[in-house]
Amino acid sequence: MGNAEWRIPNSESGGRRSLFAVRSTPWGRFLHTRITLVSVLLLVVFLVTSVITLPFSLRWYNVQELDTAVRHPPAVSPVVHLEHFVPRDVSLPASAGPHGLKPAARPSGNENTLKPATRIAHRASSWFGHDDLGRCLFYRVLPGFLVSLAIGLMAATVAVVIGATFGAVAALIGGRIDLLMMRIVDVIYGLPYILMVILLKIALTRPLTALFAGHTKYADIVILFVAIGGVSWLTMARVIRGQVLSLRSQPFVEAARAAGAGPFYILRRHVLPNLIGPIVTYATLVIPLAILQESFLSFLGIGVQQPTPSLGRLAADGVEAVNTFVGYWWLITFPCAILVLTLIALNFIGDGLRDAFDPKSSAATLV
Amino acid sequence: MIRLIVRRLLLGVVTIGCIYALTFVMVISLPGNPFQQGLHNIPPEAEMALRARYNMDNNWLYFTEFLAGAVRLDFGPTFTYNDWTCNQIIASALPVSLLIGLLAILIAVMVGVPIGVLSAVKRGSWFDVTSLTFVLLGISLPTFVTGSAMLIVCSVCLRIAPVGGWGTLAHLPLPALALSLPFVAYIARLTRTGMLDALGSDFVRTALAKGASRRTVVWRHALKVAFLPVLSFLGPASAQAMTGSFVVEKVFGVPGIGQHFVNAALNRDAGLIMSTVLVFSTLLVAFNLVVDVLYAWIDPRISEAV
Repeated sequence: MGNAEWRIPNSESGGRRSLFAVRSTPWGRFLHTRITLVSVLLLVVFLVTSVITLPFSLRWYNVQELDTAVRHPPAVSPVVHLEHFVPRDVSLPASAGPHGLKPAARPSGNENTLKPATRIAHRASSWFGHDDLGRCLFYRVLPGFLVSLAIGLMAATVAVVIGATFGAVAALIGGRIDLLMMRIVDVIYGLPYILMVILLKIALTRPLTALFAGHTKYADIVILFVAIGGVSWLTMARVIRGQVLSLRSQPFVEAARAAGAGPFYILRRHVLPNLIGPIVTYATLVIPLAILQESFLSFLGIGVQQPTPSLGRLAADGVEAVNTFVGYWWLITFPCAILVLTLIALNFIGDGLRDAFDPKSSAATLV
Repeated sequence: MIRLIVRRLLLGVVTIGCIYALTFVMVISLPGNPFQQGLHNIPPEAEMALRARYNMDNNWLYFTEFLAGAVRLDFGPTFTYNDWTCNQIIASALPVSLLIGLLAILIAVMVGVPIGVLSAVKRGSWFDVTSLTFVLLGISLPTFVTGSAMLIVCSVCLRIAPVGGWGTLAHLPLPALALSLPFVAYIARLTRTGMLDALGSDFVRTALAKGASRRTVVWRHALKVAFLPVLSFLGPASAQAMTGSFVVEKVFGVPGIGQHFVNAALNRDAGLIMSTVLVFSTLLVAFNLVVDVLYAWIDPRISEAV
């Protein structure tokens, strides 16, 4: 170590300057560091891509091609059949196959007759390879990203609603009730996390499935994010309680009270606006945790159910495929790459938000 | 110090009691039925008899009987593993998980802390960037992916470790390593943040000005302060690591206790759910107590404050 140099860190040396160096506002500070900007851009690119391809992926995520494309490696030229891409109203000459599943004779489809967007979509279908049922991984990973992100966002929302309400109420009431409520949080902290999620999921399954009246596909996802969110609100409750307690003793709140402001006016005008920063920050940090949690549940077989894709579901399926025979690398690489990039970007954004809203705190920041 | 320990012990017992009551309420209000497995329906008379046999026809009786048994360290029968009692399951599975978890936590501290210190000292260097990448991968990749990757690289390609199973020392390193990865990442991250704060503080400047060597300042003065957040993370982390992980156990075929947390809940096996929860919360309370004592030892102001 001998002559190792270190720079004594101070607030000015953190992060490089970016084009958006407006540092007087929290959002300006947020975009100040290059890494958060890159993370936001990456997520936007993923989001736009998966939304644009949604018409294709909705039609394609579960189309199986058992004869040509089973576990086909990634290829530049498409191996899936053209007829799936031709709009349904254009009828191709096709005789029913032996099982009535698929035309026996391939139509001599010419790619050039398709619209440009459809042609590109057809090309893209082979970029990520095919899974063990001959489904295009490309059109499973992209909607899978959306499903995972939705689960993360909704779980974070559930956690925020429960946690912020619980924490704020505890802090505002104070006294013994506050003590009791925080003891409850401590006790729930003492329960094993994964067991809680599973128990909550079991408990929620019947009422929510009844509520969705048979749409099990949606009920399934709702149950997942409510269960994950219902377990992740504890940290949020502690943080919000601490914030409200410290805000209540701030001079400007005392000044408002001295000036005759009522409790609701103070809550609306002074407390809530100051809570938005920590709420947004912790919500952003709950999203990657929830996505990861969903992947564990998928690995256990109680996450998102087939054929609905999610990044965790795809990664778990990929691990199974790779475990049986080494070689189907694309089944694990592409879902995991998107998963990791998404989680890393979300972590950077959360840290960026924390730095932006609370420049003094540096608890467990990444950069 | 003794006052602190007694206080925390009493609080811990109360907490475990509350956790038990909460788990009991959740377990009995679950839909589903532990006596009905697979597709066979059992006749209602038989179910009544089974419920009576396990005291489950009377919730209050079940609550008190199980609690009385648990105090005597007798957790009673399981409903799904017919020839096993909860005690036998815990006695066979817990030592395995304790061993792997202990090794994982040791690896996490021995690797995570130096990485955190070095990347804080050489802030912005290639080492910092590399370790940041590693940390990010460690917290973003699911354990089943890293575990399987290790299995393929070490066991299938290099053939330096057995593919899975349990019994010899050679089975130990891979699961422990896979289990430790997220902890390594998190500890490195906590240490780095703590070190950056500590290196910028006045007492480090004073120590340097008085002529202490850089090595002493970094590894003695600064690390002592920077280690405190790691220590408070280690309490819950140890309890979590030592009660095993379903994923690691499934990937490596290890007969640990982590799988019983999941299977008991999926089978609605009330006795096993409550025993595993009690084991976990006891470990958690115990490790938090150890952490509190160590904390007070490192930073004497704490025990005076209590």
